[in-house]
Amino acid sequence: MISILRSLWLPFLHMFRKRVTIQYPDEKMVLPARWRGRIVLTRDPDGQERCVACYLCSAACPVDCIALQATEDEHGRRYPEFFRINFSRCIFCGYCEDACPTYSIQLIPDYEMAEYDRQNLVYEKEHLLVDGTGKHHDYNFYRIAGLSIGGKDKGKAEREDPPVDVKALMP
Amino acid sequence: MNPTLLIILVVLGILMGAMTVAALLIWLERRLLALWQDRYGPNRVGPFGLVQVVADMVKIFFKEDWVPPFADKPVFIMAPAVIMITVLMSFAVIPFAPDLFVVDLNIGLLFFLGMSSLGAYSLVLAGWASNNKYSLIGGLRASAQMIAYEVFMGLSLMGVVMLSGSFSLRAIVEAQRDMWFVVPQFLGFVIFLIAGIAETHRLPFDIPEAESEIIAGFHSEYSGLKFGMFFVGEYLGVTLISAMTVTLFFGGWLGPEFLPPWAWFLLKTFVFICLFILLRAGLPRPRYDQLMAYGWKILLPLALLNILVTGAVVLAG
Repeated sequence: MISILRSLWLPFLHMFRKRVTIQYPDEKMVLPARWRGRIVLTRDPDGQERCVACYLCSAACPVDCIALQATEDEHGRRYPEFFRINFSRCIFCGYCEDACPTYSIQLIPDYEMAEYDRQNLVYEKEHLLVDGTGKHHDYNFYRIAGLSIGGKDKGKAEREDPPVDVKALMP
Repeated sequence: MNPTLLIILVVLGILMGAMTVAALLIWLERRLLALWQDRYGPNRVGPFGLVQVVADMVKIFFKEDWVPPFADKPVFIMAPAVIMITVLMSFAVIPFAPDLFVVDLNIGLLFFLGMSSLGAYSLVLAGWASNNKYSLIGGLRASAQMIAYEVFMGLSLMGVVMLSGSFSLRAIVEAQRDMWFVVPQFLGFVIFLIAGIAETHRLPFDIPEAESEIIAGFHSEYSGLKFGMFFVGEYLGVTLISAMTVTLFFGGWLGPEFLPPWAWFLLKTFVFICLFILLRAGLPRPRYDQLMAYGWKILLPLALLNILVTGAVVLAG
């Protein structure tokens, strides 16, 4: 009997505690920056898009929801001709973000993506590309990589030694 | 005023009052359960979620009221009506205030016990008429539980009858002017409360309609307004048992002068309704055989002991 009365007394005391419900949409939960929400394509600190259309994200995706096609611009810089993510398939696992070599594709803590029509859940590049640098503010792939594209010769990247003429070392 | 008209007005008033309380209990139960579970109940639909009652009623009215083709049609349709009728009839004998009651039967308590026995029929008929094994099991368990707990519900009240000298509920309330009967008859109060919870098949005695066990027990085949009648009948039963506990053990409408008598009655009944909801929030459901053993082996001897001791004391002094 005492245990029954205790079972009644303890829930009664819960009346005087704060309730744990978060009253969405008036209050929203505070999300950490690494929270895997909506996918965006980010830009360089210089304003050019980071994506080099290497297909690594679509290869890493467990549900194959990323589709893209690579092409080159007139300076030799690769970029995606189209970039499509089907958000009705996406599981927000973050594997694409882990696979990306240029910090282009990122997952941000935004989840309010509800749509009435299922076709509106297929996001094209113009819906995914943002103007900012996302979570990594200083990274510019082409400044560090050794590729020569328009505007940067071989040997001009950060911490890169100038190219060596192997034929000049012949005795 | 014409006495017949007055009686009709009182009857209609109590009927409307009982139905309003049952409807408000839908809201109150959800909010109180949420309060004790660290969450909010319905708080979107109106101020404090009160319009949720209207939303629930609209939903129940518009649901498809389907009678299964394999069910026993007349009995199936009649079963929810039986519980509503018996519970509402029991409200006729309760004194809400010194001059506010429908009828002052000199066997009012016996009438209440008889009506609750008839209420057991609705569960049995519903379980049988549904022609479905789980409803049948629910109906069988319900009938066994209710018959068992009714036995000592009546016996536990005999102490009150002995102390007040009458079965009339008005006389019982009047006899509590010096001291509420909960003090001399504490054991009787506890046994009556437990038996009352079992009669209205509320948690922890809700094996008949165990939501997570046999889906909905005896009312699993019911939908729409018939289910609504079972639902409202259960809340009316909660209100009835609370009102009876207050009348029999806690002095009915007696109380200090700063509130009118009917307000005291409503306040005390409200406290007991909240106690019913707290029981639902806090206690797990016992297994069926544990429940029956508790009834027959523990509570019945205690009720008989109560009668013995009360009788001895009344005879001696």
